Amino acid sequence: MAVMTTISTWLIPCFIMLVLIVATYKRVQTYEVFVEGGKEGIKMAFSILPFLVGMIVSIGILRASGALEAFINMLTPFLSMIGVPADIVPLALIRPISGTAALSITTELISANGPDSFIGRLASTMQGSTDTTLYILTIYFGAVGIKKMRYALKVGLIADLIGIIASIVIVTIIFG
Amino acid sequence: MVNIIWASMAIIGIFYAMINGTMDEVNKALFESAEEAVTISIGLISVMVFWLGIMKVAEKAGILRRLTKLFRPAVAKLFPEIPKDHPAMGYILSNFTANIFGLGNAATPMGLKAMEQMKQLSGTDTASRSMITFLALNTSGLTIIPTTVIAIRMHYHSVSPTEIVGTTIVATIMSSLGAIIVDRIFYHRSIRRE
Repeated sequence: MAVMTTISTWLIPCFIMLVLIVATYKRVQTYEVFVEGGKEGIKMAFSILPFLVGMIVSIGILRASGALEAFINMLTPFLSMIGVPADIVPLALIRPISGTAALSITTELISANGPDSFIGRLASTMQGSTDTTLYILTIYFGAVGIKKMRYALKVGLIADLIGIIASIVIVTIIFG
Repeated sequence: MVNIIWASMAIIGIFYAMINGTMDEVNKALFESAEEAVTISIGLISVMVFWLGIMKVAEKAGILRRLTKLFRPAVAKLFPEIPKDHPAMGYILSNFTANIFGLGNAATPMGLKAMEQMKQLSGTDTASRSMITFLALNTSGLTIIPTTVIAIRMHYHSVSPTEIVGTTIVATIMSSLGAIIVDRIFYHRSIRRE
């Protein structure tokens, strides 16, 4: 594990060093090319903005009104019947919709139950093993102007479901 | 699909607020969420400028091409639509690498660049097969080191902050495999329909 952490720490600086050494050796105008690429970055970040505002505001309304909570409370008994711990239901449902909300729920679960409790470990695994599907689709398709998503959303959400089920099964087997 | 989801979330929320008497909170959320979104975008600018700058240098120096050659056999099967030496492949691989090492904020610029390249290949405003495969894998996590989660666990004094790495990797592999399989199923279904 320590090895992995070291790799993570070293990876970026070493990659940058490698790029600059190779580029300099190949007589690339490094600074000018960097600036040119950076300009594209500004354009991209700004083009994402409206997509992000739209999506986050919509999710914000749903959360603030209490509708999301009501929906989760409605589903909890059904999910508990098939073996999903009630505490984890909100996280499982919000994980694909909102990254910031999911992270705050994970933090809350870990602080309330303790990081080394079953719920704490399950929340950690669930948070780490899936990503915010709605956010990814919104900014990636938005930035390049894709209007017809076809089956992308279905695939993303089914993959999330598989990840959530897998988290529950694995954490139960390993830490049970 | 997204249009309907987006509109429904707002409509249901506002309608529920009428019944529930939470209109004040909704008003507050409107502006706070918009602000949060802008904060995220502004936060992205620094990362985007830096990474796309570095990646442009890497591209000019031929490093992306090298990287592509190295891993192509593994990834080419996933993206049959992308030509052998296309830059899209390099950006896809960079994005996967960044994700695997838990460098989420480096992954986004590479991912957007990859999408841009794939759009040049397809040239329409309809998502191409390779785009959907790419996003399916991205949404399934791909993480080996869940850096954020480990940080939270440390903060709450876990005895072993990294003990969830194993379970996370297994769950990620499951959802990534699931994503690939489901993606293939839907793709072949869409072909049959046409």
